Amino acid sequence: MTDTNVNAIEQKESSQNIQYSDKEIILEVRNLNLYYGEVQALHSISMEFYKNHVTALIGPSGCGKSSFLRCFNRMNDLIPIARVEGEVLLEGENIYAPGVDVVSLRRRVGMVFQKPNPFPKSIFDNVAYGLVVNGIKDRSFIEERVKQSLIQAALWDEVQDRLSKSALGLSGGQQQRLCIARALAVQPDILLMDEPASALDPIATQKIEDLIHELKTGYTIIIVTHNMQQAARVSDYTAFLYMGKLIEVDKTDIIFTRPKLKQTSDYITGRFG
Amino acid sequence: MAELSMGHIKTYNRDVVMNVDRLTKIRQRRMLKEKLAFSIFRIAVFLNGIALFIILYFLIANGWKSINWEFLTSMPRESMTKGGILPCITGTVLLGIGSMIISMPLGILSAIYLNEYAKPGMLVDIIRLGINNLAGVPSVVFGLFGLAFFVVVFHMGISLIAGCFTLAAMSLPLIIASTEEALRSIPDTYREASLGLGATKWQTVYKVVLPAALPSILTGGILSLSRVAGETAPIMFTAAVFYTPSLPKSIFDEIMALPYHVYVLATAGTEIEKTRPLQYGTALVLITLVLGLNLFAIYLRARMQKKNSK
Repeated sequence: MTDTNVNAIEQKESSQNIQYSDKEIILEVRNLNLYYGEVQALHSISMEFYKNHVTALIGPSGCGKSSFLRCFNRMNDLIPIARVEGEVLLEGENIYAPGVDVVSLRRRVGMVFQKPNPFPKSIFDNVAYGLVVNGIKDRSFIEERVKQSLIQAALWDEVQDRLSKSALGLSGGQQQRLCIARALAVQPDILLMDEPASALDPIATQKIEDLIHELKTGYTIIIVTHNMQQAARVSDYTAFLYMGKLIEVDKTDIIFTRPKLKQTSDYITGRFG
Repeated sequence: MAELSMGHIKTYNRDVVMNVDRLTKIRQRRMLKEKLAFSIFRIAVFLNGIALFIILYFLIANGWKSINWEFLTSMPRESMTKGGILPCITGTVLLGIGSMIISMPLGILSAIYLNEYAKPGMLVDIIRLGINNLAGVPSVVFGLFGLAFFVVVFHMGISLIAGCFTLAAMSLPLIIASTEEALRSIPDTYREASLGLGATKWQTVYKVVLPAALPSILTGGILSLSRVAGETAPIMFTAAVFYTPSLPKSIFDEIMALPYHVYVLATAGTEIEKTRPLQYGTALVLITLVLGLNLFAIYLRARMQKKNSK
């Protein structure tokens, strides 16, 4: 498993520049139900996510958007009472099929969390972590990848002189960009972002949003956000969830200008939620 | 019209005055309560400090004169009424080290299993309940257990090794509890971040959770070490004896130990009054050792926390 991961990480280098045709489906959700014990959190959701596009998941608090996001890298597995029914197809393969290696799935589907959560390690070690645990030992490769990831995350200029210092000394916004760099270092196919800017000030938020724009060329991004302006600014597609159900999904400009359902337009215009 | 508005103003003023009065009263009562609460806390802390101070003062005043180089580095002489306590210091240090070598790895591994791996449920709850109750078992019971189990069943005899195992059994629940506490204090976001990057559970524990929890784990370990060093009951049937003519040469030798030595001199010696200074001296050495270990634990934690956040 480790060897294939190493290969996958190294190979991706060369395949990065290939342009994909528009609207290639990378992730497909089929009739997904999520239960926490007796409580059903998600109700038969089906939708598609397109490669190298940003999809925003919006909806009021408790509507299940974070739970939905956590189905894509099986983070819900960590909750003992959580149970998933239905299929999530990553490039055609069901990630909930028996025998799927969750560890290598999570290498392919990276995640950035709501609160910046760098490890209490040096900046360098934080970014290198994903490579090291996936079995890469080549020091110069790691150094190069750490640098690249920090550049991609627009953090290199600020931290290049202090790579060996603790990541906990960075500001909140820097920490969040570090977490993005950390996720990018293993070159995932998909980047999940769970309200990545909700704990940050407006300037840091702006930087994260700019970053999402940049990253879209190389990554598929699924972002959960509370902030509808943010969804409108950063995403190509927007899905509106309410009470664990997918209400409407479409191109972002359509959702925000002429949604098909009244419920969606009510939420977007701020009439509830 | 004018009258009406005047009336309005009047009532309004009266209301304000009444409100201010009531507010002041409420405020005064709150201040009083605040002061009262503070005083109670302060007295509690003060009493604690005083207790430690009195014990220390008592021991230093009475034992100071017995402490000298010879006392610390020579064997007891003339039925233990003269000479030093070297074998006791050696014995206590060896017991401490030996028991920690056994209980630290075992305790830390158990805590990792319970906190990181075991699926929450009845079984884990029962195991945890057992461990917590073990922590409350009186030390003399551990002594008897050690005698029956290690000394007799395992044919270790009264020996250093039997004492180490007995003390290890006693300190195990403490270490498990403190390690679990340390692991629980590590936020789940660390674990999620690590797993999210494709790390295995073991990598997550080994590379992220343990390093972050290490200061607290070590502190817990050192605190149980200091507890072990001061125990008398668990070793009196398993390891410590009245007197040994020489330092222990193997782990199967009987030993002398500081707490047991104090006990022996104070209760069973031939000349209890004559050995008073030696008793205080020994107790002073013991408490210095224990307090020193505690201070070291505090220092270690502070240093490692600083290193982590730099």
